[in-house]
Amino acid sequence: MSFFPPHLSIFERGWYVVFRLICVSVLVFLLVPILVIVPLSFNALPYFTFTPEMLSFDPKGYSLQWYREFFTDPNWQGAVRNSVFIALCSTAIAVGLGTLAALGLSRADMPARSVVMGLLISPMIVPLIISAVGMFFFYSRLGLQGTHLAVILAHAALGTPFVVITVTATLVGFDFTLLRAAASLGATPVRAFFKVTLPIIFPGVMSGALFAFITSFDEVVVVLFVGSFHQRTIPWKMFSGIREHISPTILAVATCLILVSMLLLVSLELLRRRGEKMRGIKH
Amino acid sequence: MPVATPRLLTAEGHELRMVLQKHKARRKRKAFLLVAPLLTFVVVGFCLPILDMLRRSADNSIVEETLPRTISSLKGWDASGDSLPGERAFAALAQDLVLAQQQRRATRLGQRLNYELSGLASLFRRSGRDMEKVVLEVRSRRGSYKESLIAFDARWGELDSWRVLKRFEDEMVADYYFASLDMKRDLQSNEVSFRPSEERIYLRLFGRTVVISLGITLATLLLGFPLALWIARLPTHQGNILLVMVLLPFWTSLLVRTTSWIVLLQQQGVINDLLVAIGIVSEEGRLRMIYNTTGTVVAMTHILLPFMVLPLYSVMKTISPSYMRAAVSLGAHPISAFWKVYFPNTVPGIGAGAIMVFILSIGYYITPELVGGRTGVFISNRIAYHISSSLNWGLAAALGIALLTFVVAIYWLYDKLVGIDNIKLG
Repeated sequence: MSFFPPHLSIFERGWYVVFRLICVSVLVFLLVPILVIVPLSFNALPYFTFTPEMLSFDPKGYSLQWYREFFTDPNWQGAVRNSVFIALCSTAIAVGLGTLAALGLSRADMPARSVVMGLLISPMIVPLIISAVGMFFFYSRLGLQGTHLAVILAHAALGTPFVVITVTATLVGFDFTLLRAAASLGATPVRAFFKVTLPIIFPGVMSGALFAFITSFDEVVVVLFVGSFHQRTIPWKMFSGIREHISPTILAVATCLILVSMLLLVSLELLRRRGEKMRGIKH
Repeated sequence: MPVATPRLLTAEGHELRMVLQKHKARRKRKAFLLVAPLLTFVVVGFCLPILDMLRRSADNSIVEETLPRTISSLKGWDASGDSLPGERAFAALAQDLVLAQQQRRATRLGQRLNYELSGLASLFRRSGRDMEKVVLEVRSRRGSYKESLIAFDARWGELDSWRVLKRFEDEMVADYYFASLDMKRDLQSNEVSFRPSEERIYLRLFGRTVVISLGITLATLLLGFPLALWIARLPTHQGNILLVMVLLPFWTSLLVRTTSWIVLLQQQGVINDLLVAIGIVSEEGRLRMIYNTTGTVVAMTHILLPFMVLPLYSVMKTISPSYMRAAVSLGAHPISAFWKVYFPNTVPGIGAGAIMVFILSIGYYITPELVGGRTGVFISNRIAYHISSSLNWGLAAALGIALLTFVVAIYWLYDKLVGIDNIKLG
């Protein structure tokens, strides 16, 4: 009849309640800071806190003006275009090179695998500020500092480790006899890749692509150093906005970004399930 | 008599061993060719810039390039002695400075040398501007360069100005590294020593970075451990829902999360408003929770918490609950069963999570920059400052390399404990 199993002592029941409380408060700590931004972005006044009108759910306390500003201001819209363009280009480079490398790395004959793997993963380990400073020196010397190309190449380098890791992981269970079967039926290696390998490892490639995309889309340190105003991305605008004149438009942008991350999360989860199904892993 | 091993031949009559070897070499080459494009891209676009930074942190060729005659005329001069260099060095300097001014390099050189001895920037600016006049005057009077230069600016008669120049005979000098570790090379004796403790900014900053990062690592462990434990022991379906709640902040933009903490913690922010409304703090006594160390620790603990929860969860998921049941059935108190049986099994997860959080935190730039104020900033903020504000790029590079060395050492530890191949995402 009780909520607890009958064999638990008072002490154990007490501990169980306390433990739950601790866990729930950690979850609150994780989620509330993100969710609090959403209602504040509809504030009618340029404040960063709840006004009395908002708390009494007075419609006058709410407005869409910060969203209007975000969607109409050419400065912000330029940032959106830059963000998407840079992220798409660097993702394409990272996915192409990364998938190819993962295919080589998962072959049994790959020489010096651990050294190569270490080098390929290094962009993920080196602190961003160091990568950014190094690339700043490098691209200024090439005369590319402040061009889209430099930012795209820099972001592609940062994104490749994620593609390599996810695709190599998908290839762990890959049955290489399938390729021999394809070859014996007369398929060229390229055709066998597109018709046999790619459909099987597709979920891994896609999640690697999402990681590479978000790495670029969310990255700001390298853009600050390698790029200039013409390469301003959404995070770049947010960073300079927070530093100089913080306007509630940033909260509207943040809310939109939260939506984007929710979409990404859902698509990754779907990909993971599909990948497990494709490779025959059952729960 | 030794028996010759029979030689195995293929149908075409080649030796089988050789054919197999050749085949194996071809397969190796093929595997490597697949990796080669990315390897080239990463080496050129990533490793090379970092090596370039290493070179830049020790490169002082600007002195040798701008003042070639002066440097070579100082070859025989003893910098630890008490006498100024001879007339020849002064003449060479005058000549070099006239040329340097024409190429607009004198001021830049002065800025570089000013890091070694303050005052040299203005000396070089002034000397560069007027050296042509001085030279013409010396030539017309057939006078001494030494006397005229010292008369032009008394600092040319000071030994230390010359000792700085003498130091740059070598193109590669470790002086930026000494500076990045708060050390100083004495101009006369060339002995390296630490600066007086009140002038040590970088060692203190490195220390603060490490201490705050350790604090953040500990905080994520204390918060993450119970949460991971709870999620791991829930039925899969409910556990997955909670896991999504952990992943949402993980996937949310860093700047969004930093913005939320500014909104929450600032003096006119949500938490202070709440506390004032409840009556815990007065209107005047609003807490200062941001733009200081507290702000950095709170915001970064939040940002890095998923990196602790995820490895802990994946380790805890593999620990069978029957271990605990067995221990309890053998008479162990639940607490001691947890401590002696369950906890030791989670140590790999703790190690992986802690090192991950620590490595990420020690190189963080954005969040400390935005919420750290003056007391909550890291070494990375200083590096950025030297790149964009003080323009002391050599020192920035040296600080970066020092930080990188530290991170690589910890990463090596991570590799030993966990293994690179075990990095898992999401």
